[in-house]
Amino acid sequence: MTLLTLIPLEGGIFPPGLLTSITFWICAVFAIAGALGVVFFQKPIYSALSLALVMVSLAVLYASLNAPFLFAVQIIVYTGAVLMLFLFVVMLVGVDTHDSVTETLKGHRIAVTVAGLGTIALLVLAVGNAVTTEPVGLEEANASGNVQGLAELVFQRYVIAFEATAALLISAAVAAMVLAHPTRLKPKLDQTAMAERRMQAYAASGRHPGALPNSGVFARHNSIATPALLPDGTVAPDSVSAIIEERVSIPSAEELSAPHAEAVAAIAGGPGEIDADQIPAVERGHDHPGLSNPAEKEGDDHE
Amino acid sequence: MTLLETLDPVAATGAFAFAWLLIAIPAAIAALLLIAGKVTNGFGHFIATLAPFASFVLAVVYFADLLGADPSERAVELTLFTWISSGAWTLTAGLLIDPLSILFVLLITFVGGLIHIYSIGYMAHDPNRRRFFAYLNLFIAAMLILVLADSYLVLFIGWEGVGLASYLLISFWQERPSAATAGKKAFVVNRIGDLGLLMAIFSMLMLFGTTNFQAVDAGAELIPGHWATLIGFFLLLAACGKSAQVPLQSWLLDAMEGPTPVSALIHAATMVTAGVYLVVRSNALYAQTPTAQIAVALVGTVTLLAGAWIGCAKDDIKKVLAGSTMSQIGYMILAAGIGPAGYAFAIFHLLTHGFFKATMFLGAGSVMHGMNDDTDMRRFGALRKAMPITFVTFAVGYLAIIGFPFFSGFYSKDHIIEAAWANQPVLGVLALIGAGVTAFYMTRLMFMTFLGQARWKDGVHPHESPLSMGVPLIILAVGSFIGGMALNGWIGGWLADAVGAEAPEHASWLPHITVLGIITLLVVAAGVALGWYLFGRQEIPTTAPAGSILTKIGRHDLYADTVNEAIFMRPGVALANGVATLDDVAIDGAVNASGRLPGALGGRVKLLENGYVRTYGLTMVCGAVLVGLSLALSRLV
Amino acid sequence: MNDPYIVLAAILFTIGLVGFLIRRNALVIFMSVELMLNACNLVFISMSQVHGILDGQVAAFFVMVVAAAEVVVGLSIILMIYRSRRSTSVDNLTAMKH
Repeated sequence: MTLLTLIPLEGGIFPPGLLTSITFWICAVFAIAGALGVVFFQKPIYSALSLALVMVSLAVLYASLNAPFLFAVQIIVYTGAVLMLFLFVVMLVGVDTHDSVTETLKGHRIAVTVAGLGTIALLVLAVGNAVTTEPVGLEEANASGNVQGLAELVFQRYVIAFEATAALLISAAVAAMVLAHPTRLKPKLDQTAMAERRMQAYAASGRHPGALPNSGVFARHNSIATPALLPDGTVAPDSVSAIIEERVSIPSAEELSAPHAEAVAAIAGGPGEIDADQIPAVERGHDHPGLSNPAEKEGDDHE
Repeated sequence: MTLLETLDPVAATGAFAFAWLLIAIPAAIAALLLIAGKVTNGFGHFIATLAPFASFVLAVVYFADLLGADPSERAVELTLFTWISSGAWTLTAGLLIDPLSILFVLLITFVGGLIHIYSIGYMAHDPNRRRFFAYLNLFIAAMLILVLADSYLVLFIGWEGVGLASYLLISFWQERPSAATAGKKAFVVNRIGDLGLLMAIFSMLMLFGTTNFQAVDAGAELIPGHWATLIGFFLLLAACGKSAQVPLQSWLLDAMEGPTPVSALIHAATMVTAGVYLVVRSNALYAQTPTAQIAVALVGTVTLLAGAWIGCAKDDIKKVLAGSTMSQIGYMILAAGIGPAGYAFAIFHLLTHGFFKATMFLGAGSVMHGMNDDTDMRRFGALRKAMPITFVTFAVGYLAIIGFPFFSGFYSKDHIIEAAWANQPVLGVLALIGAGVTAFYMTRLMFMTFLGQARWKDGVHPHESPLSMGVPLIILAVGSFIGGMALNGWIGGWLADAVGAEAPEHASWLPHITVLGIITLLVVAAGVALGWYLFGRQEIPTTAPAGSILTKIGRHDLYADTVNEAIFMRPGVALANGVATLDDVAIDGAVNASGRLPGALGGRVKLLENGYVRTYGLTMVCGAVLVGLSLALSRLV
Repeated sequence: MNDPYIVLAAILFTIGLVGFLIRRNALVIFMSVELMLNACNLVFISMSQVHGILDGQVAAFFVMVVAAAEVVVGLSIILMIYRSRRSTSVDNLTAMKH
């Protein structure tokens, strides 16, 4: 009951086994290519994606080997869960890192090559020749369905091992939580402490203890990239986030006040009709008593 | 040697069933004093003194029983328990009370008891008096085990107990290095004798399967002659060790480091008499081996002359007495070596010696007591007036030891000289000379100590000792005087059966006048005269003159220590050093090298531990490949 | 006759092994280990087909479960190490050096 047998190709135009064979060779190429990618890509993110390729290829192979349940599990658990976990961690530790290719250990690569060749020779020559009979096939075992057959085994003969894996998974989950939970080195700041800290900063450097100024809100502009203007017509510092300042070009005070000046000039200078666009747009920004440094992030300081 | 029938013991009944009390009483008191500790400080010495007298009373009862019994039933055996039961051997522990052992018990308990009384006065101010009395009781108990044993194995317990007690007592003033050394010396020299006894016991176990006296006596005739000779020599070695016979005599003189009552106990009533007892007890074995017998007699003769020689040369009063003890024990061993004719005389002399030597040792202790513990006779003199009781009792002992007519030594020593003359004329002549020398050095002692001019050190005020010391002296002196007369006519017949000897024909308290007896008296008189001539007429220098070569040899104990040191100690030390060097260089070297080798290897191997996980992984993979390869290859082969 | 599945598994396993030995990034090492586990799974499943019984598939199933647990714990350890050292290179972890 291979998935592939559901497609009415086998036994039709193709001789039996041919499709399985074709599947194997295609998937084998992908799997090996992916495996090489895992090892040889310098960026972990590519390695992880290559691994996904290997896993999907293997999943297809499982399907062709009469293991539809494991096909699904491979996709869902491995490709879906485990690999996503890998990707999360890769992102966490820095997606941009890429490993140096220089080998620092003397003679290590040669030794690894020898060991690798030895391993593969041993595996292929010794284990690869272990099978001397024609495959029996799983038609009989899967007679009542692959999942049912597996369930029979898992919940009867291997029930104790199954329960043990349950305990293992729980322990692993708890362990991951324990390990991932960082130790707090400094006490958590509460509101009182933060208020005190602000007042101390004010006493020491004159930094304003209250909220930062809003961004400017004018007739023509109200984005957070718009700085507020002070009564003297200059830009209020801190009214735009430093990050936004980095990324977006911020209009200067002249730009902001230019339409207003034009409107005033038009009113004063001529009989012309005032366009709706010419309505003075500059509003008064909030008048802040103190100037402040760029926003300092206040919060937990982790190690 | 037809008269070998020894007494067949009868089973113990009646009062004899409690014979173990003889031993148990002093042993229990000793244990009490040692275990109860300071609680018994105040009265310990009194109950300790009662213990030997209690045993003495019991012994008197048994003695009376034996006296009243038929001569053929005068041996009582009391089997106490099965000691060792292993395979074919079943060895029992038991007591044997026969005419021989009861005499010893009487002597040990009576003289020992008197020494206890004396010690009450002598040790009055010693802080460790309780311990001293406990050891004394232990000594008495061990000696009683020795003489009451019914087999050589049980005897060995007492033998070792005596050795232990003597060690403890000789080194009693253990804070003095000389005393500690003397105790160790006595212990070590005694070990050599113990080896002899052990070898004899092993031989007996091999030959007879038992060490019971009866069985050994009965089987002695049946064993090959060379075995009898061998056992005889083993026993002689044992006797030499315990009785301070040449060549194992060296410990005795040093043993004077112990308190004087201990010297008296060792020399008079216990310890040194054990060897004589052993030889006499083994009479059946010696009857089979003339060779060993002659060896015994020779050892005795040599020792009696050597002891006398030392006695002549020493200025230390206790050492003179020690030399005389060696000499007198030599007489006993000589008598025992003569054979059945001499056994009874050996025991006779042992008993009389026990009294007069105790008298003199305690007298010497009394003198020391009065002279601030000085023992140098050159600083004595004219003590006759200052210490009348000591002088009179000592004089009785003196007359007894030189063999003045009607004093105890006169009877016992004459018998030995006679017997020796009759059996081995050469030994007889030597014994005769020994008697003359004895008279000489004892006269010297008397003159230097009690007569002549006072040569006291400054600040010494001689005074008579307290009553507790005087009374035992008087009792012992009386014993020294009448002992010979009382026992002379009786002891031969009493012991005849027990020691396998014929009863002597002259059995009366009157001295038996013979030509030899008169010659002996003349020799003794000559010795006394010489002693008077040299030491009675003239001023005695307070520092020892250079003296002749003979004097020098005597002063050095005949160079016994030098010989021992040259023959045994130096080679022993050299051997030990050699073995230690071998151990240091070869064995330690090998061991250390085998330790350093892994260390050096580890130093190399640790370079593999570079801390890189990948290297570890590589090693693991290589190992796995190798294992897989070997598995695959083994499948191919 | 070599079973092609076993040969494929052997190749994958060896590639994983080599990756495990030459890569320094703990994450990639982990992926190499996963590769080896998957190679083993492939053998299990193909042998299940050869012998006609499902026990091989059950074994592969258990391997997956255990691998999942292992990944969870292993990745959290890597995270911890990264937090303290700002690096995931195993060559920096040489505290076991002689």
